[in-house]
Amino acid sequence: MQAFHKLCSAFITLPMENIDTDQIIPARFLKQTHREGLGEALFYDWRYEANGQPKPDQVLNQKAGQDYEILVAGRNFGCGSSREHAVWALQGYGFRVIISPSIGDIFKSNALKNGLLPIEVDAPFYERIRAQEVGALFIDLEKQEVKLASGEIQTFSIDSFARLCLLKGVDQLGYLVGMDEAIGSFERRAL
Amino acid sequence: MHPRTLLDKIWSAHEVAAESADHPAILYIDRHLVHEVTSPQAFTELRQRGLRVRRPDKTFATLDHSIPTDARREAYVDDQARLQVETLRRNCRDFGVELFDLGSSTQGIIHVIAPELGLTLPGQTIVCGDSHTSTHGAFGALAFGIGTSEVGHVLATQCLLQKKPKTLAVHVEGQLGRGVTAKDLILAIIQKLGSGGGTGYVLEYRGPAIEALDMEARMTLCNMSIEAGAKAGLIAPDERTFAWLRSRRYAPAESAWEGAVTAWRQLRSDVGAVFDREIYMDAHAIAPMVTFGTSPDQSVGIQDHVPTDDHLQGALQYMRWQPGQKVEGVPIDVVFIGSCTNSRITDLRAAAKILKGRHAAPGLRLMIVPGSVEVKRQAEVEGLAKIFLEAGAEWREPGCSMCIAMNGDQLQPGQLAVSTSNRNFAGRQGKGSRTILASPLTAAASAVTGHLTDPRVFLL
Repeated sequence: MQAFHKLCSAFITLPMENIDTDQIIPARFLKQTHREGLGEALFYDWRYEANGQPKPDQVLNQKAGQDYEILVAGRNFGCGSSREHAVWALQGYGFRVIISPSIGDIFKSNALKNGLLPIEVDAPFYERIRAQEVGALFIDLEKQEVKLASGEIQTFSIDSFARLCLLKGVDQLGYLVGMDEAIGSFERRAL
Repeated sequence: MHPRTLLDKIWSAHEVAAESADHPAILYIDRHLVHEVTSPQAFTELRQRGLRVRRPDKTFATLDHSIPTDARREAYVDDQARLQVETLRRNCRDFGVELFDLGSSTQGIIHVIAPELGLTLPGQTIVCGDSHTSTHGAFGALAFGIGTSEVGHVLATQCLLQKKPKTLAVHVEGQLGRGVTAKDLILAIIQKLGSGGGTGYVLEYRGPAIEALDMEARMTLCNMSIEAGAKAGLIAPDERTFAWLRSRRYAPAESAWEGAVTAWRQLRSDVGAVFDREIYMDAHAIAPMVTFGTSPDQSVGIQDHVPTDDHLQGALQYMRWQPGQKVEGVPIDVVFIGSCTNSRITDLRAAAKILKGRHAAPGLRLMIVPGSVEVKRQAEVEGLAKIFLEAGAEWREPGCSMCIAMNGDQLQPGQLAVSTSNRNFAGRQGKGSRTILASPLTAAASAVTGHLTDPRVFLL
């Protein structure tokens, strides 16, 4: 997993509320048995015509390949199914941060496991991000801060262990595997 | 002792290590359910790290999402689907995991077969790479969906790193009226909470209306907890739960039965236990519910009209409703009865009650997809299958089918379906598809008339 410290990037806004994981990656793309190559299929039904041609006026098509690493989205982003493919597709497109007033539980957990940073900001701050038409956002994971181009800062909360894993670029499986003795002792005691 | 909630009791019994300032709790998992779509990358991870499955005896797999539901069970929609199925078979062989494969008497939708086999038991922790794992909460188990990374965690360690969720008590007073089902109740609850309103909570359903529900109805209720964003749904187990589970294949043997039941009777929130939040519903006031929008919280009673709120314009446009339009009577193209929400034997009996001696409307496609081989067998024994076939229905093989529409069972662009499944997201049932979520009764009534119909007219 790639470590995450600071990021300064332009952002793309999808202001719709309740963007579910079926929108992020439609189910017919869940049949592959590997993680890679899903960036093209991200928001497929929003981005492509029935004949597979990309819609030229769709924001994600206009900005593809241009280093937009932050997605700003409406409330309850990532609700719906548990498919981790949604995270892989967002990363495949190039996103490293998702900002929304609220983010679905399973999506958030999946994002943290893959080094995609989910940030929840309050509604007024979200509106001020949206009002900022151009320029970049600054993310500092160490300080747990989002900074607008105007200099205004909001801190965000994140599970402390997940934060540490992101800062170090290590995944959580290694930690759990290292708990073998405690797990074995639980199995002898409780089962 | 301080009064504890049901969640408190299950949680503390599964803590390998308690939560600290630096670490989430390490939670032990009793049952890990696996299917073909969300597991391949997790098994790859294990191979790359040279890890084994820690507890194959607690891990059970089936095929449900990508498989065809027509009689030619290996006629996959494409080579990718075939490869995905073959990959699960190989992973189960290599890692020693029991697979309820196509062709066996135990195959079916994972959330239908696990209870059926007695794999789901009160007080357990149950996970699966599928958000509708909340279904198993109907038995007083803490059950929730996880992503593929966490599937890997459980395969390798039988544990998850978790922060304890908050509790939300959903009290439902009174009794549901005639023609009103658990599906209508959960749609009403989701409408009240909103699609993100349950985020961070475990919902504990309580009260007389819940106690009166049979186990299948409780599963329908808990199944859709995730549609309010909740981590899980929970119902305290009772005598009905114990009777339902007795003598199922993986349930405790007769010699151990009384001991198990004695322990399970402790699994209820203590009097005076404090919930983080509580809401109250009146079952009497709930009518058959249908969704009108593209999120499961966008629903109305079937005698009501589509709301006119500005923020719903996008959803109404996609669904092609006029604001203020009466929902009953809208012409439909397809009826789908199935999914982990409503494909159990009681759901099929409900549909058959209306379809008996009647025929689907001309030009309407009626698909009925049983949740498991066992449900299908039982429906055939009871004569339900004959009723469905005489009504002009497609009587298919078990699987997720048109709920997630990744196996080739799908709507054509623009088609409008009444579905007993759980999600009405734009394009969920195929690109451009439009979905109205409803109960099996409403679905069957609508199949007969060809338009969205209040089932109570057939039940007078």
